[in-house]
Amino acid sequence: MAQVVVVTSGKGGVGKTTSSAAFATGLAQRGKKTVVIDFDVGLRNLDLIMGVERRVVFDIVNVIQGEARLNQALIRDKRVETLSILPASQTRDKDALTKEGVQKIIEELAKEFDYILCDSPAGIEKGALLALYFADQAIVVTNPEVSSVRDSDRILGVLQSRSKRAEEKRDPVKEHLLVTRFDPARVERGEMLKLEDIQEILSIPLLGVIPESESVLRASNTGTPVIMDGESNAGQAYADAVARFLGEEKPHRFLEPERKGLFKRLFGGRAA
Amino acid sequence: MSWIDFFRGKRKEPASAAAAKERLQIVLAHERIGRTREDFLPKLQQELVAVVARYVAIDPGKVNVNLDRGGDMSTLAIEIELPAPAAMRVAAQAR
Ligand SMILES: Nc1ncnc2c1ncn2[C@@H]1O[C@H](COP(=O)(O)OP(=O)(O)OP(=O)(O)O)[C@@H](O)[C@H]1O
Ligand SMILES: [Mg+2]
Repeated sequence: MAQVVVVTSGKGGVGKTTSSAAFATGLAQRGKKTVVIDFDVGLRNLDLIMGVERRVVFDIVNVIQGEARLNQALIRDKRVETLSILPASQTRDKDALTKEGVQKIIEELAKEFDYILCDSPAGIEKGALLALYFADQAIVVTNPEVSSVRDSDRILGVLQSRSKRAEEKRDPVKEHLLVTRFDPARVERGEMLKLEDIQEILSIPLLGVIPESESVLRASNTGTPVIMDGESNAGQAYADAVARFLGEEKPHRFLEPERKGLFKRLFGGRAA
Repeated sequence: MSWIDFFRGKRKEPASAAAAKERLQIVLAHERIGRTREDFLPKLQQELVAVVARYVAIDPGKVNVNLDRGGDMSTLAIEIELPAPAAMRVAAQAR
């Protein structure tokens, strides 16, 4: 059975698209047939982060409105064979998405794919609601910061009340916490919420902690999901999180500040 | 790489910001055109398929449209899978 996984947060700019791209790529690298859908209609960006922006012909709205077939709108990744991307429309607004339209698309994708990842837009309006409506699992992306944690709590409430599973009173959506942009040095200095505090407040299982890393910007500049940068700490942290998602045990890494040698402390030197 | 970079422990890497700028210039050039003019691709495809279907019985599901946007030039490749010769003859006779 295909699993529908929403990557959501409530708050904007916390790393949903970065995480969607990394997770989709990671699952596909492990041989899972994976498709990642951009639900941010009007502000599509997943295509850029995945590096397929030049190849977008049709989008999800074209499919819903019957102007193109799903197969034609899917962009097959050239690096990982089992990975596809369904872009959002850039020219229309969120009202072009309908529940029936999205349902048809997901049902059709479920025949071909193991994982259907939904990159949610920020907020709790139509686009975000549709992105999470069909979810079996949710990856809640949270930054160690008060407003992000509050918005995550809000979105957890929405998952528990307004998802299809909730409406049909089936087993609830399986929730995972993904803490991103984690800066151990600032946490140590007491400037950022501790991991335990976030966990205590949200009390959902921790899937992973992605450190704040320069490699993320580098990855987006070149359109290469950061998980493909196996040397970077963020890439490795995403790979660990994907492994945990698939049921493997992996200790959490990059939780402590890097102890810089005297040399590095004198001359600067930054985290990869 | 200057000696100071060496002491700072920086690795020499191709500057990714340049790649970002180039990618953005290309994609935005195309998007700005799209803002003032309606997207013609869905219609173009429908009409092309209709024309081809007048001559050959094709499966609309086997039409693939591939686009590669470039700075100076873009290529649009439309791939239409034609049925086997036997089926084609039948289709032609049916008309
Ligand atoms: N681990 C990280 N380290 C450093 N920067 C990061 C990290 N994760 C994300 N970012 C940066 O944060 C910004 C927002 O990321 P992203 O676009 O993934 O967020 P989003 O939640 O999808 O935003 P939106 O709500 O607008 O869709 C980007 O500039 C991205 O490069
Ligand atoms: Mg996003």
